[in-house]
Amino acid sequence: MSNAFSKVKIPYLLLLPGFLFLFTFFILPIVNLAQTSTQTPIVGGDTGQYEQTLHFSNYVTAFTENKEQFARSFVFALCATILALAIAYPLAYAIAFKAGKLKNFLLVLVVAPFFVSFLLRTIAWKQILGEEGFVVPTLRSIGIISESTTLTSTSFAVVMGMTYNFLPFMTLPLYASLERIDPRTMEASGDLYANGITTFRKVTLPLSLPGVVAGTLLTFIPAAGDYVNAAILGSPNTKMIGNVIESRYFKIVDYPTASALSFTLMAAILILVTVYIRKAGTEELV
Amino acid sequence: MADVSSATHGDLRLTRITKSYGDFTAVNDLSLTIPEGSFFALLGPSGCGKTTTLRMIAGLEEPTVGSIHLGTTDITTKRPYQRPINTVFQNYALFPHLTIFENIAFGLRRRGLKDVTADVNKVLELVELPHLAQRKPTQLSGGQQQRIALARAIVNRPALLLLDEPLGALDLKLRRQMQIELKWIQREVGLTFVHVTHDQEEAMTMADTIAVMNEGEIEQMGSPADLYDNPGTAFVANFLGQSNLIKGRIEGTDGDNLVVDLFGQKISMPKNRSHAVDSSIYAGIRPEKFRISLLGTPTRGNVLTGGRIEDVSYIGVSTQYQVTMPWGQEVMVFEQNDDGVPPFDKGDEVVISWEPIFTFALRGDDDVEAGLEVNPEDPDEE
Repeated sequence: MSNAFSKVKIPYLLLLPGFLFLFTFFILPIVNLAQTSTQTPIVGGDTGQYEQTLHFSNYVTAFTENKEQFARSFVFALCATILALAIAYPLAYAIAFKAGKLKNFLLVLVVAPFFVSFLLRTIAWKQILGEEGFVVPTLRSIGIISESTTLTSTSFAVVMGMTYNFLPFMTLPLYASLERIDPRTMEASGDLYANGITTFRKVTLPLSLPGVVAGTLLTFIPAAGDYVNAAILGSPNTKMIGNVIESRYFKIVDYPTASALSFTLMAAILILVTVYIRKAGTEELV
Repeated sequence: MADVSSATHGDLRLTRITKSYGDFTAVNDLSLTIPEGSFFALLGPSGCGKTTTLRMIAGLEEPTVGSIHLGTTDITTKRPYQRPINTVFQNYALFPHLTIFENIAFGLRRRGLKDVTADVNKVLELVELPHLAQRKPTQLSGGQQQRIALARAIVNRPALLLLDEPLGALDLKLRRQMQIELKWIQREVGLTFVHVTHDQEEAMTMADTIAVMNEGEIEQMGSPADLYDNPGTAFVANFLGQSNLIKGRIEGTDGDNLVVDLFGQKISMPKNRSHAVDSSIYAGIRPEKFRISLLGTPTRGNVLTGGRIEDVSYIGVSTQYQVTMPWGQEVMVFEQNDDGVPPFDKGDEVVISWEPIFTFALRGDDDVEAGLEVNPEDPDEE
């Protein structure tokens, strides 16, 4: 009797630490954020003092004032995701099927950038793409860019920075799903009159789709909310929504607008991701 | 996609094929003709080169030396998708993301066929699983997946169907059933089947012709009865069933027979069943060909006296005896339990006898241990 009772309770006990953690560090802040997003400044109060007035039009103002940055965030994130996919897929494919004994070594190389801080790596890119780096003079000398063109403080630099920074998040899930494919299914496809390209289209790609979905989500979601790349590699003209939220919070101390923007961003990402997963047809992922 | 289905047919000819991986030679100077319409088995222990041979026929590996012809067409360097050859893979390799219907239709669609429904349904009927068309492979049992893998290959009506240990993953009972079914399907569709297996019973049950492979070479080729009754090497004698190999010497001839001395006792055997090159031989007798009788009772044919029963195992349909001969060798004797005679006891002094025509002779320098120590239940090693 007591044995059966404890058997029922054990799973809940195991869940408890995780639940407490999530409650304290996710649920409570979210609720707090939701409250803040409908507050208005206290009349006659100091900067940064707000009261709850359920002022939902904060959302309308926040969105209409920052439409451009929203749009830019999603365009940049999309570009970075597509680029990362284009780079990571062949890489993951090679590691999974062609690397042989080098497999583990190459996987270590993929995650090696994590040993250096995200911020430092992005600053390093600023130097690489800067006037003193070797990239700009080389490109100028072979005539790919004109003498007056710079690479830093451009949209290009921001997208490249994000592509670079999120590449491991794309590569690892792709590798995991490619590695799970039984190579004999590819042999079977060749045996059944499919050439290399058809085998890729009809067998390898569909079987790696869970990895593609996971990788693109792990890249797109943080990229859409990122502000470090735009801050370091971009200019005021390449501001993303993350930069706006950051400055509203820490510079202008406009908490309600920052909160409303955060919620709008979250909602937009959720909607996009849901549509995407439906289209990709891999419901088992979520 | 080129239409490869009807372009080539005829006998499959492997000519002096060698396949090396660095220093390791998987297949060594192998020549082989597989007649159109036959059920051919490549039999051997793991690592003998049979799977490599199959993969070269399929186009998944390219021979280091040698050529492969199908009819008059040289297919040695053709890509797998350019060959009118389909394979039933070990562990089936069904496409997990496609339905059973689409798995089977895969080859037909790649060849540009518009309406595949009739063909797919027909082959689903043949393997008796039409109700599973819309399922996914993971929802099927091992036996069902096996049949779908077969259906996916034969729906293309290839000139040659390759089966790579197709029954290896099934349990014993299902395996027996599928052996009979595969044989029946082969007759029904009239295709050439090339079957790779390490299971001698499976090969004997199904194939018209068996090539026994060992260390990258063909040891012997022939019908199951030929190989069993008249093995040419100790490896074949031991790998297909069991054999008693007794050291001896050819003393002379007597008409169509050879007179052989086995540790001082004379026996006779047909000349045409000797694979010896000189007078030193191993005389081979299958355990079930031996008769066993008590000292003093009448015997006929070849007789060896001085045996003592060392061990008795009653296994229902037969009784297996281990008999120690005067020269110290233990021989195996299988007696059918069909004569109402009570089995002999341990320690009985006995005489063993057999019909001379059941004797075969191997070269005296052959390795009597060959084919004994191989572990047949290890299909994944290759």
